[in-house]
Amino acid sequence: MTMLLATVYQILQMLLVLALAPLLTGWVRLVKARLVGRRGPSVLQPYRDLLRLLRKEVVLARNASWLFRTVPYIMFTAIWLAAGLVPVFTTQLALAPTADLIALIALLGSARFFLALAGMDTGTSFGGIGSSREMMIAALAEPAMLMVVFSVAILVRTTSLAEIADFMMSGTVGLRISLALALIALVMVAIAENARIPIDNPATHLELTMVHEAMVLEYSGRHLALVEAASMLKLLLYMALIACVFTPWGMATAGSGVAAALGGAVAFVVKLALGGTLLALFETSIAKMRVFRVGEFLGGALLLSLLGAIFLYVSRGV
Amino acid sequence: MGLVVSAIAFLFAMAAAGIAAKRLPQASTVVYGGTAAACALIALWAAVRLAGGGPDASLVLPVGLPWIEAHLRADSLSAVFLIVVNLGGITASLFGWGYERAHHDSHGGPVLPLYPLFLAGMNMVLIAADAFTFLLSWEFMSLASWLLVLSTHRESETPRAARLYIVMASFGTACLLLAFGVLATAHGDYSFAAIRAHAPGAGAAALVVVLILLGAGSKAGLVPLHVWLPLAHPAAPSHVSALMSGVMTKVAVYAMIRVLFDLLGEPEWWWGGVTMGFGALTAVMGVLYALMQDDVKRLLAYSTVENIGAIVIALGLALVFKAAHTPVIAALALAAALLHVVNHSLFKSLLFFAAGAVLTATGSRDLNRLGGLIHRMPTTAVLALVGAAAISALPPLNGFVGEWLLFQAILNAPALPDWSLKIEIAVVGAALALATALAGACFVRLYGIAFLGRPRSRAAGEAVEVGRAMRLGMAVPAVLCVVLGVLPTPLIRLFEPALRLLVEAGPFDGRAYQPWFWLAPTSAIGNSYNGLIMLVVIALLSVVLVLGIHRKASDRVRWSIPWGCGFDGPDSAAVTQYTASSFGQPIRRAFGSTVFRARDHVDMPAPGDTRPARLSVTWTDPAWVAVVEPVSRGVAWLADRANRLQYMTIRRYLTLMFLALVVLLVMVAVSQR
Repeated sequence: MTMLLATVYQILQMLLVLALAPLLTGWVRLVKARLVGRRGPSVLQPYRDLLRLLRKEVVLARNASWLFRTVPYIMFTAIWLAAGLVPVFTTQLALAPTADLIALIALLGSARFFLALAGMDTGTSFGGIGSSREMMIAALAEPAMLMVVFSVAILVRTTSLAEIADFMMSGTVGLRISLALALIALVMVAIAENARIPIDNPATHLELTMVHEAMVLEYSGRHLALVEAASMLKLLLYMALIACVFTPWGMATAGSGVAAALGGAVAFVVKLALGGTLLALFETSIAKMRVFRVGEFLGGALLLSLLGAIFLYVSRGV
Repeated sequence: MGLVVSAIAFLFAMAAAGIAAKRLPQASTVVYGGTAAACALIALWAAVRLAGGGPDASLVLPVGLPWIEAHLRADSLSAVFLIVVNLGGITASLFGWGYERAHHDSHGGPVLPLYPLFLAGMNMVLIAADAFTFLLSWEFMSLASWLLVLSTHRESETPRAARLYIVMASFGTACLLLAFGVLATAHGDYSFAAIRAHAPGAGAAALVVVLILLGAGSKAGLVPLHVWLPLAHPAAPSHVSALMSGVMTKVAVYAMIRVLFDLLGEPEWWWGGVTMGFGALTAVMGVLYALMQDDVKRLLAYSTVENIGAIVIALGLALVFKAAHTPVIAALALAAALLHVVNHSLFKSLLFFAAGAVLTATGSRDLNRLGGLIHRMPTTAVLALVGAAAISALPPLNGFVGEWLLFQAILNAPALPDWSLKIEIAVVGAALALATALAGACFVRLYGIAFLGRPRSRAAGEAVEVGRAMRLGMAVPAVLCVVLGVLPTPLIRLFEPALRLLVEAGPFDGRAYQPWFWLAPTSAIGNSYNGLIMLVVIALLSVVLVLGIHRKASDRVRWSIPWGCGFDGPDSAAVTQYTASSFGQPIRRAFGSTVFRARDHVDMPAPGDTRPARLSVTWTDPAWVAVVEPVSRGVAWLADRANRLQYMTIRRYLTLMFLALVVLLVMVAVSQR
């Protein structure tokens, strides 16, 4: 019975993240537009964009191989699965024991690996720029994220996301300086990984500053729709991850009923709205940095997260 | 045991056949076929032994020095490594058979007689049970591989590589010789059983640990003793490179495990601390070096350095946890080490084979002369992609499982009593994470430049797929990479006797429910991973996705020329593409500018001047500056001093002999007192 319920929840979660991801992006764009004094498009615009892209024909570079055409599917599947692994409204998920936080990070790593390869497949210089910069960013962002996991795992003694959420909700943690450091580091990583300002600009098409956009420049039609949808999912995933680890309140736990799960879903939407607003506020109040300062930014994140882990040892003697 | 010894004897016979039948066209078929059969036999024997249990096989041969017989023994640890070595031997023979025929080159040195000898040497190291046999086999393995490196002596880089290799190999053997000397001093018996029975004192044990890290570490490629490895491994023919990188380094890891975990008895905490530190340095430096290379095979050799770093980190962790009396976690770390040994031998062989296939097809291993091979060599491209993804630790392949287990061990650091060690483990964990992420970048660069994009040279544009034997040689490790990634638990179960032998615990102790397709090691943290479910879910989601997209979306496709910033169409030299160096530039700037003092020099002609602009990159290798150059200066100085001995009068020679005799007699008198 529990297994069945967990499976139903798992399927619901996969569908929920898929449905909400464009909405979140639409919301961030809307708030950003309002903050700079524009009216902005409707929050539903991303859905329309995706549908339009799906209807368009695909234009492929002469040199594109099968890899180029497969990568959007691989990437989307990996990120979709990863998004399905983060508990958003309940911790009872069928896939929870299959993969922990480390596997989740590695799944995101796979998506990035293949997208970077696709960037190099057409043999244009833009793809190369994007891929090489993306891998440089990832080379620092991934260890920073693993160190965040390390800090949290020292405290919670697990890397299973469901158990982390349960533990954080139990309230035995309290306020900790290490958790604050880990939170800051994770937010910095999330900004970098989602190609947001100040690391990258999701709205730019200026050659010298593009990272993510350069990598996917040759994609069109349904492939581009998948790549865009995957980016939206990734933004949602990182927000859900931060919410799950640091503010899991409202989530349904083991043994609670369907009403609690519904409450969890409502709480999740509220958290997303809040997170989206904060992201928009942050993005409008800061300028993009030069590509080669990204190393300092993410190196800072890595050091902060490492410091968090060391603080835990020193302060608690765990 | 008799079976293993006869198989090794058969390898020697194959070497003889290789010499005798050099001129015959079927010689390579016979030698490679025979070698593969012998390897298969030994691997099978070891697997059956591990699965079936039973007492260790041992044998005493009346050969060697008159008063020391050759003790041979295969316990569970030897069996694990016998599987690794011989699995590598089988695939390398298969690939090598095709490779040799494609590279029919009468100018090169002999490979056929040496190749079985090399494998025989590695097998002998693994079953040696006394210091004398061990060192003899070790040296035999080194010399055989050295001669194989020399088989390409006509290439300009080979002589230097071979010279450095022989120097470092002698250095390593000298360290091992001293280590075993120290181990056997107490009682004068060189058999492992006797050494095990008499644990050395603290000072002697410390000396042995340092000597082993130097001796076996130089063979495995621990930074800063790695300098020979990226020169020597790529110089050999590709299937031999695969064996050297994928397998011979593992024999060095075996030596470390044998001495540190088995012969030395109860470890002290700092052994693990030092080992781990070296491992972390090796992992990060190895991958940074790899990111700077343009030569495919040298890049792979540096990546071997990185992976050895990860394995040594795991060994260090296991030592630390063993010393802290938390055997289950020590078993977890050691299981991670052994799993990574197997994994690395698979994907590194695969990648070296792929490099060999590319070399066969294009005649080049310079990344900047490759490109677009995915169109010309479809099978090799798919198999190489599996290898690149596996070594970048992507789920659900095998590289990730090893990484995951290692991180699980690292996350158990709070169980340690000493907090300086905990902080060290946190830093080592960060270094490992950094190395893993950089490895991803490194293999995107390798694969993206070599196989994707447009051909950067005419040879790359005209490449043709390699023969069936070579493709099969690559396919076997590729399939194993996937299988072990999805179902790692049976393999770890197979290791359990070895783990019990070394740390007296298994990684699954105390967990009640353990189905064979589920990876859930025991530890303070209740984590689990399941590659099988992951693969199934990924497959399901992909099917749903593809069906969904193709039902809804337009499936029209138009082929067109991409925008190349004004360069019209596909230029024949494909110069507007990113090159290997330009891909590495962001990372070179972020990391290399401090570590390697890497600098970009731009030579931009003044406006109106028509000469081409130039961009050049310079970097210095800190290991050369800090280790190799001072040491080679020292050796040259000593050689100069020693040289005087050759130009003395007979009177002085006689005086010297007399003095030596007196000193020896005094030593004997003192020690006999």
